[in-house]
Formats: sequence, C-alpha cells, structure tokens
Amino acid sequence: MTVAETRSDIVAAAPAVRHQRRISWGAVGDHAILIIGSLIMIVPVVLAFLTSTHDVVTIHREGLQFLPGGEFAKTYGNVLFRSGGFTGEVNGVTMTVNSLILGIGFAVGKIVVSMMAAYAIVYFRFPFGTFAFWMIFTTLLLPLEVRILPSYEIVQSLGLTNTYTGLIVPLIASATGTFFFRQFFKSVPDELVEAARIDGAGPVKFFIDILLPLSQTMIAAMFIIMFVYGWNQYLWPTLITTDEGYFTLVRGIKQILQVWIGSNIPEYGEAMALAILAMLPPVVIVVVFQSWFVKGLTESDK
Amino acid sequence: MAPVNISRVSKDYASGARAVSDVSLDIADGEFIVLVGPSGCGKSTLLRMVAGLETITEGTVAIGDRIVNDVDPANRDIAMVFQNYALYPHMTVKRNMAYGLTNRKMAKSEIDRRVAEASAILRLDDYLDRKPRQLSGGQRQRVAMGRAIVREPACFLFDEPLSNLDAKLRVDMRGEIKQLQRRLGTTSIYVTHDQMEAMTLADRLVVLNLGRIEQVGTPLDVFRNPASLFVASFIGSPEMNLFDAEGDGNGALRVGAMTIAHGHDRPVSGKVKIGIRPHHLMPAENGSAHGELAVTHVEELGTERLIHGTLEGQRCTLAVAAGYPAAERMGVSLNSAELHLFDGSTGRRL
Repeated sequence: MTVAETRSDIVAAAPAVRHQRRISWGAVGDHAILIIGSLIMIVPVVLAFLTSTHDVVTIHREGLQFLPGGEFAKTYGNVLFRSGGFTGEVNGVTMTVNSLILGIGFAVGKIVVSMMAAYAIVYFRFPFGTFAFWMIFTTLLLPLEVRILPSYEIVQSLGLTNTYTGLIVPLIASATGTFFFRQFFKSVPDELVEAARIDGAGPVKFFIDILLPLSQTMIAAMFIIMFVYGWNQYLWPTLITTDEGYFTLVRGIKQILQVWIGSNIPEYGEAMALAILAMLPPVVIVVVFQSWFVKGLTESDK
Repeated sequence: MAPVNISRVSKDYASGARAVSDVSLDIADGEFIVLVGPSGCGKSTLLRMVAGLETITEGTVAIGDRIVNDVDPANRDIAMVFQNYALYPHMTVKRNMAYGLTNRKMAKSEIDRRVAEASAILRLDDYLDRKPRQLSGGQRQRVAMGRAIVREPACFLFDEPLSNLDAKLRVDMRGEIKQLQRRLGTTSIYVTHDQMEAMTLADRLVVLNLGRIEQVGTPLDVFRNPASLFVASFIGSPEMNLFDAEGDGNGALRVGAMTIAHGHDRPVSGKVKIGIRPHHLMPAENGSAHGELAVTHVEELGTERLIHGTLEGQRCTLAVAAGYPAAERMGVSLNSAELHLFDGSTGRRL
C-alpha cells in the first residue's frame, strides 16, 4: 500500500519537478570547464598575494601560504617606498612610473605609426604599395629577440641607452598593428570615402574627421594589447637601461631577489608583492576597457 | 543649377573591360534624367564619371559651361546621394549635413540657415541631434538628401538611392524625390535598375545596355515606341511579349500557324520579332481569335490577373481584368495597332 502510494506520488510529482528544474548536463560541463580554467589562472596569483603578506622567515620556512598574514602594510610599504638597488635611488614608485611611461609610450607610438602606415597602404595608390605592406607583414617573423643585437647596436651608437627614447622608439614599429588597422580601414565602405571627397575633405581632413572617430574602438583595443605588451617587456629594458633610475617594475622583481642574496634570506615576500603590483595596472586597464576591447575587435560602427 | 553635357564619353577599366562606350547626352537645366538598365550596363560608371569619382577615358563632361574632366569632385558643384546613404556614423544629423559646408569655410550663420531650411523641407527638424544609427532607413535617406540639398549644387546625382528601402517606403520616397526636384528645380541625374522608378521619376529616360545608350526619350515615348528589342523587353511591367515571326512581304505576319495583319506602312519580309504588351492581347471567342493560348499558370495581382502560357509554342502573357475566368486553353486576339516590329538580326525597331 505504502509502496503503491509512494509510486503514485512519484508519478504525479515527476512532471512538475522536471518542469521546474531540469539539470542540463551540457551546461554543467561547460561551467566545470570554465571554473577549472579560471582556477588554474587565478590560484597562483591569489597564492602569491597571500604569501606576500607574510614575513620572510615564515615564507622561507613554510613555503607558500594559503592564509593571509599580518605583514601586508610593511611588505607593500617597503616595496613601494624604500629605496633599493646598488645606488639606492630606485623604489617601487619610480619603477611604476617608468613602467607606465614605457607602456603608454609604447602603445601610443605603435598606434600612431601603424595607423598612419595602414592609412597610406589602404587609401593611396603608390608604387609597390602592396609589396610594402607584405614587407611590413613579414617583420612578424622577426621579433625583437631575433634582431636584438643589431637593434642594440643602433640604439647604442645613437647614444640612446639609458633614455626613454631608446627604451620606446625601437619597439614602436608594429606589423600587427598595421595589419589590424589595414583590415579595419578596408571594411570602411567606399561610399563613405567618396561622400567625404565630394564634401571636400582632403586626405588629412578625412583621416582626422572621419577615420579617427570611426576607429575609436579599434584604437582602444589596440591600446590595451600594446600597453600590456609594453608593460611586460623584460629583455629590451634589461639591455638598454643600466641606470637604475630607468628600471621598470618587471625588472625590479628580479633585482629584489638578486641584490639581497648573500647570507640573508631572499625577500620572497617583497618579490611577490612587486609581482602583484606589476600585474595590477594591466589588469585594471583590461577590466575597465574590456567592453571597448571586445567591440573594437568584433563589431564595426559604420 | 546648370545644364550638363556629356560628350562622347567612354570608360575603360584597367582590366581592359569597356564599361561605357561613346555615350553622348545633353541634359537641360533643371531636367530630371534617369539612367536605367540592368546591372553592369555602365549606368553607375557614367554617373560616377560625372561626379568625378571615376576618371574619364575618352570624351568630355561639362557642368554648366565648364569642362570638369580634371576637376576634383569637391569642386564640381555637384552633390551625390548614395545607395547605402554613406552618412558619417559618428556625426549627428546636423553635422552630417553641415560637414561639406564647414569644409568650404562657409560662415556659420549661413550653414545654420541652410541646414534649417533643408531639415524643414525634409521634416528632419526633430532628428537634428541624433546619430544616423538611431534613424530608420527612410530618415537616413532623407538625411543623405539633406546633405545634398544644403550644398545648393548645380546638379544632383542619385546612385540607386532607394534600393535599400522596403517596397512601400520606396514608393513614398519616390514621390518625395520627384516633388523635391520640382520644387528646387535642380538638374538631376538618377541611376536605377528599377524600370518602375525610372518611368515615374524621369523627365527623360536613358536606357543603357552594355555600356551604350539604347534609347533616350520621355517615359511615355520609350514605353510606346521602344527603339530596340532590349528596350521593349526592359521597360514595362509585366514584360512585353515577344514572338519570332516571319513577314510575307504583303502586310501579313506568320507566327507559327497564326497569321496576323500588321498596320506597318511598309511590307515586312523575312525573319522579324514582334512585340505586344500583355494588356494589348485580348481574350477572344473562337471565331475572332488569332491563336490559342495554352495556359500554364495564373498570377493574381488584385487589380488584374496575369495569365501565363504558350502561344504557338512561344512564351506569352496575357493581362485580363480581375476575376476574368481562365481556362486551360484560351482564344487570343492581337490588336495589330499595338504591334511592335523589330528586325530579326539587329533587334532595331522597324
């Protein structure tokens, strides 16, 4: 009797339950993959942060820390404001400023140069135009690491070592940027160009009045990519700047571990703190501008 | 406002293709000219040569009394309306209209006056501060026209401006364009592939085919006296019926087993094409019928019905009043006064 009752209950209840909440295993699987992926990316950063809030002795003795410690203010204060290095002239703030100059200079320079290159390639018929484009494009095969010696030679012979110019200008030429802007300009309808011609807009006016505003989202997207790329430069700044006043954050991390090596315990906490600080600006930029970023690379407002 | 003179103009593309060949056309001041033809007939190329967006291989284009072959589009005193509107997406309606004037360093008060005037004509007053993407297709098209109007040019050039609109709006806008052109009295050249648009808008119609002018004339003239087979089949909807026929040299034509007297003043002999519009074919009783139509299908248009079938083995359409009964086989008589005769080999009108 009870069995029969239960059964009838199940039969009666089943459709309602199924109607309310049906577990879609596909969605669960998707989420599992996303969550695992996020964890793989986030956990190391969180660990680095948590570890950086402990004192050196604890870190040295116990390794990575999974709980926050009490040394947050001290570690981060040290990293940011205590002068270090051989000369004692550089602290976290100056390094951040250097990194910002490099990142912004790099991004702005790349955008300006590649936009103008793409403008010339797309809108002007000149001999060997296509050839010029493909020449630029093939430089993708020659990243900085491959041409680092000749590049250094040139910068050095121009006396630009230990200058912001030497740090930024040699990295500005960008095949990627030129390519993206070329594709974008090509998608601008011809009629718009023709309408502007009839409206009496010359090449410069067309570029500034029409093309630049249309490229806004694209420029934002390129800025993000290039800023992060410039911010994360390590090899080139290492080579060009020997004066600690020009050190960037990314270089500083190594410096902390190296300089204080001796009979002392390496300042793991400070290195981690600096790594976290070095990560912050690119993250902030991407988070703030992410909608622009997606827009720039996908949709076109034409 | 000025006449436009196109004199022996040809256009060769770099690929060697000849898009326009030896076209001459005199357009009077204030005239509304429609260039019509199938796609690839060179009508847009011709318009773009007048606009200065395409170089002219041979011949001259003059606007007013000035030859403009080597004049920049901005200085030709023309304004153009494009098929996809080509509005600047990041500018407001007002700035879109004013842009060309600002570039000409016109005084701000004059720009404001012209924009206000144009937006009043086009009923765009409420939209001046909107961006093009916030407007409907018809409104965008009006903005594009506004941009042309504020220039107060010698000549308007329209490149299929209504093709992106839906059918109903197209009819409305057609009327608006016509009224506007009347009101402003500006010489206009209008390109379309839609023969309905061409017929309704044009003061004079220019039918183009394969880069050449087939016929120039008023819409009625072109409709009533098509100069060639091509014009006959292109202009008019439903399309004209064309039959292979043979003239016996005594004023009679044979289409298959059918014999028709034609009202032509000259006897015709040998192979010819005859054309007759579906409205000039009449259903007839057996006695008076010229032939018999084997009906394949019927199209209902509401105001009338089109009966499609074959007459003596050749495709034929018959337009009858709505509700007229269609049978499997119908007797048909031809109104010989409405017959068009074309040369069998050249396709020219006889």
